[in-house]
Amino acid sequence: MMDKLIFGRYIPGNSLIHRLDPRTKLMSAIFFIIIIFFANNIITYLSLALFVGLAVVLSKVSIRFFINGIKPLIWLILFTVILQILFTSGETIFFRLGPIILSQEGLINGGFIFMRFVLIIFMSTLLTLTTMPLSLSDAIEYLLRPLAVIKVPVHEIALMLSIALRFVPTLMDETEKIMNAQRARGIDFGEGNIYEQMKSVVPLLIPLFVSSFNRAEELATAMEARGYKGGEGRTKYRQLSWQTRDTLTMVSFGVLTALLLLLRT
Amino acid sequence: MVMDIRFEEVGYTYQKGTPFQSRALYDINLSIKDGGYTALVGHTGSGKSTVLQHLNALKKPTEGSITIGDRVVTATADNKGLKSLRKKIGIVFQFPEAQLFEETIGKDIAFGPKNFGVSEEEAMKRAKALLPQVGLDESFLDRSPFDLSGGQMRRVAIAGVLALEPEVLVLDEPTAGLDPQGRKEIMDMFYNLYKTQGLTIVLVTHQMDDVANYADHMVVLEKGTVVKEGSPRELFKESDWLTSMQLGVPSTVHFAQELERKFEWAFDPLPLTTDELAEQIKDRLGVTDQEAGDRV
Repeated sequence: MMDKLIFGRYIPGNSLIHRLDPRTKLMSAIFFIIIIFFANNIITYLSLALFVGLAVVLSKVSIRFFINGIKPLIWLILFTVILQILFTSGETIFFRLGPIILSQEGLINGGFIFMRFVLIIFMSTLLTLTTMPLSLSDAIEYLLRPLAVIKVPVHEIALMLSIALRFVPTLMDETEKIMNAQRARGIDFGEGNIYEQMKSVVPLLIPLFVSSFNRAEELATAMEARGYKGGEGRTKYRQLSWQTRDTLTMVSFGVLTALLLLLRT
Repeated sequence: MVMDIRFEEVGYTYQKGTPFQSRALYDINLSIKDGGYTALVGHTGSGKSTVLQHLNALKKPTEGSITIGDRVVTATADNKGLKSLRKKIGIVFQFPEAQLFEETIGKDIAFGPKNFGVSEEEAMKRAKALLPQVGLDESFLDRSPFDLSGGQMRRVAIAGVLALEPEVLVLDEPTAGLDPQGRKEIMDMFYNLYKTQGLTIVLVTHQMDDVANYADHMVVLEKGTVVKEGSPRELFKESDWLTSMQLGVPSTVHFAQELERKFEWAFDPLPLTTDELAEQIKDRLGVTDQEAGDRV
């Protein structure tokens, strides 16, 4: 069930993409999602696809991971694409049945939407597959820093984020353990009607909440015992360092954007 | 019904068919006799817990087959009717106190039986009868499980599994994190059930002393497969081999072997419990009970 989830997992490696600064990767992924909306014809989409393909090859991560990352979202993608195909009117109409129209424009639009989905998922999967969650939260902290001026508690947000990320796998394990224990006591998860299914979640949720409270209390005590007093005046163990390759990555994004603006119609 | 459990060439792969797949078990052949006390040992990561989850079909083998009583579980077997299997095989998981959730202890113990179709009154009756058995009194019945100490919560959770009235009881390190007194009480209670009610017990543990004291059959797991199987007395003879498996021997065996080495004594049979050890030392020294008593 949960173990089939690829999205959000990290694959250790030492490729060029792995060694990029997490800030570069995070900014790139966000930037990519913005510029993908500039593309509006076949050439621009192809150049974006080529760019993503190059990034995937450079990451040395098997393509299977990316395809598996798409699988859980495939129905959403197909649903959107089919709606787009069936309800776009245009000049060259092949088929018409009431409000349902099959036109050349619809097909092209559907293809573009499909490309957009796949490229965005590939790019964000690339980000999470090649970046350790903790580096990612460091990057978020760094990039949010300007907001401290308008009294946003950046350090606290970053701390919560890194604690949350750290405990995701622990909580997953715990969920699995409690589910097993309750199944051994005769609970069938995911069976019966909706009311029964909702009821069967209670013996899972209550222990999970209780153990989260206990864990939070223990963690807070342990942090205080080790002298944690808040963000003021702390130094950092994990230093982020910007390298030439990071500058080059950003430059390549600039070139890509210029290319897109030039080629779009 | 006879609840023999038999593993035939069982293999299990986690996350099969994904890029993250990892193999936990391969080619496991073992049998758990009805009415026996089997200990499953092996160091961390040897696959003990994975084997344990196969015992009541929480996991299905990806290869081979498991026969539980008259049911055969294979990779392709369907999930229907596994519930009846789970009623007969109770599992006390590691740190079982994490499974408590009802507002009163009584309700929590009655939760399992009710899921298997036992009536409300009957389930509560069982809860009431079980509390003294696990070392708590009836006044606990209406208290919240979250007000208890860790050790008491453990006892309630164990009662919740016993309330299913299983024929096979699987224990995954049931005394981890308890004080010495609590450990002994709980282990003795399980042994008592095994002796008086003819329960089949499967114990997963790191505690070789528990294996020596209670088990009559021992299975050693290493890197996801069974490396040795036999009676504790046979297996503990090979103390060097067990140490190389990072398992070690019970303190009685260790003590006896030290005596053998230092004074060239020979113990036969190998003493497993403190009583056996004391008896043999007494014979060896040629003292009578009376004298032994005087010397103490």
